[in-house]
Amino acid sequence: MKILNKKNILSILAILIVYAIVELLTHLGVIDSYIQLNLILIGINIILAVSLNLITGFTGQFSLGHAAFMSIGAYTSGIVTAKLGLPFIVGIIAAAVVASIAGIIIGIPTLRLRGDYLAIATLGFGEIVKIIAINNDYIGGAVGLNDIPQYTNWTWTYFLVVLTVFIIYNFIKSYHGRACIAIREDEIAAEAMGVNTTYYKILVFTIGAFFAGIAGALYANYFSFIKPDSFGFMKSVDILVIVVFGGLGSISGSIIGAIALSLISVFLQNIPELRMVIYAVILFLIMVYRPQGIMGNVELKLFNKKGGLNGYAGSK
Amino acid sequence: MLELKDLHVYYGGIHALKGIDIKVNEGEIVTLVGANGSGKTTTLRTISGLETLKSGNILFKGKDLKKVTASEIVKMGISHVPEGRRVFADMSVYENLEIGAFTRKDKSEIEKDIQNIYSLFPILYERKNQSASTLSGGEQQMLAIGRALLSRPELLLLDEPSMGLAPLIVKDIFDIIVDINKKGTTILLVEQNANMALQCANRAYIIKNGKIELEGKASELLNHDEVKNAYLGG
Repeated sequence: MKILNKKNILSILAILIVYAIVELLTHLGVIDSYIQLNLILIGINIILAVSLNLITGFTGQFSLGHAAFMSIGAYTSGIVTAKLGLPFIVGIIAAAVVASIAGIIIGIPTLRLRGDYLAIATLGFGEIVKIIAINNDYIGGAVGLNDIPQYTNWTWTYFLVVLTVFIIYNFIKSYHGRACIAIREDEIAAEAMGVNTTYYKILVFTIGAFFAGIAGALYANYFSFIKPDSFGFMKSVDILVIVVFGGLGSISGSIIGAIALSLISVFLQNIPELRMVIYAVILFLIMVYRPQGIMGNVELKLFNKKGGLNGYAGSK
Repeated sequence: MLELKDLHVYYGGIHALKGIDIKVNEGEIVTLVGANGSGKTTTLRTISGLETLKSGNILFKGKDLKKVTASEIVKMGISHVPEGRRVFADMSVYENLEIGAFTRKDKSEIEKDIQNIYSLFPILYERKNQSASTLSGGEQQMLAIGRALLSRPELLLLDEPSMGLAPLIVKDIFDIIVDINKKGTTILLVEQNANMALQCANRAYIIKNGKIELEGKASELLNHDEVKNAYLGG
């Protein structure tokens, strides 16, 4: 397969056009700082959801600790950029690396567990990270870490989203991705076929943590203030909701889910007293009428192999 | 080819295998027959590295498998068709077969082997793009066997291939097992359907409560009074 076929060129063009349109609208003043805030939040949520989908949707490991990896990334980048005064790119790389090391450390003991037990173990891990952050004065304790330089902008967010989706999509389509899906389908059969299940489970946990760390860095350097409470259990649940809403095992589902749920909560901000009620009702309806999530485990494809525009998407 | 020596396996406090000795020679079909809970499946799972043994030895072509992981064992040439078929339900038939060749890297040979599996099981060719969950029980069993053959095993472990299948289909499956054996794969077959298993095997072991009770030529055990009463319905 050639890398520069018509389909790939069209995809790259589409990616650049979306970027250019948003940049243009920002310069023209159509996109104000409020819209930009929401665009960046959507981007961060896409990175979190796609990386959690790799762990939960494709490999079938039910994790409730994704916000903890984000938190580790946020604090790492906060320390690197605010306390050490290093550039943002160093902060992002450090955040990703430290979060993935945490992924390996937590993955080795907990990934022997299955299903509910793994969920509880990862939940516990999330609480441990939070308590450590609260009790550590160097990073501000319960008050939080502030004065983090605001480096995150639309450009950083957008291209890191593209990078995340690109890497995880290609991972899943690879030989290794097939092994992960086999683990989700039947762990014992996968092992009997020669798939080293422990290795692959730790690998996806580490990759997921890597990108959650990047999301954390974007978050910290956008809001310039982080506190342990921002990355609690509820944040992990929020990410999981996006993944389930969009469809376990569909990357385009996670992207659509992140956009849809962010937009819903933006619109509901005008009616704060009913916001969570309506949000809950929407989730409820989706789960009753479309339990597999919006996309199921199907990918949305904008272009077909020959480079034509797909009318309706949907080949696996 | 394969030799189990005084194998002991525990599930927590339960002593599941109490000193199993089994020998499988190259080119044979050996069957392990016994009732529910007698330790048949545990024996197979221990050979393929899915359970850890407490004491004893497993020798495969002279090498000890004690410290070898499940995925390495597949590479050494042992392939396991697990009990209850366990196909990858949401994957297509073709993708299931591809996973069977997970330990191999020789792409063109894999493709050739997949075509061979299709000629062995023509129904799988017809359904190659269907998801495995839409197959019938018998077709799933064929897929499970085909998938296991794709690692090019020298020894094939079959765990109750007759489970939950209609008698006619069971006969088909056993014909195929004999066929696979004739093409050069050694087979260790675990069965509750003692009649079928003893008819197609060369040698047999009768297992009871984690111990080998009887062993001998399959044709002799088929006429053995004790075996007749206990496993063949008198």
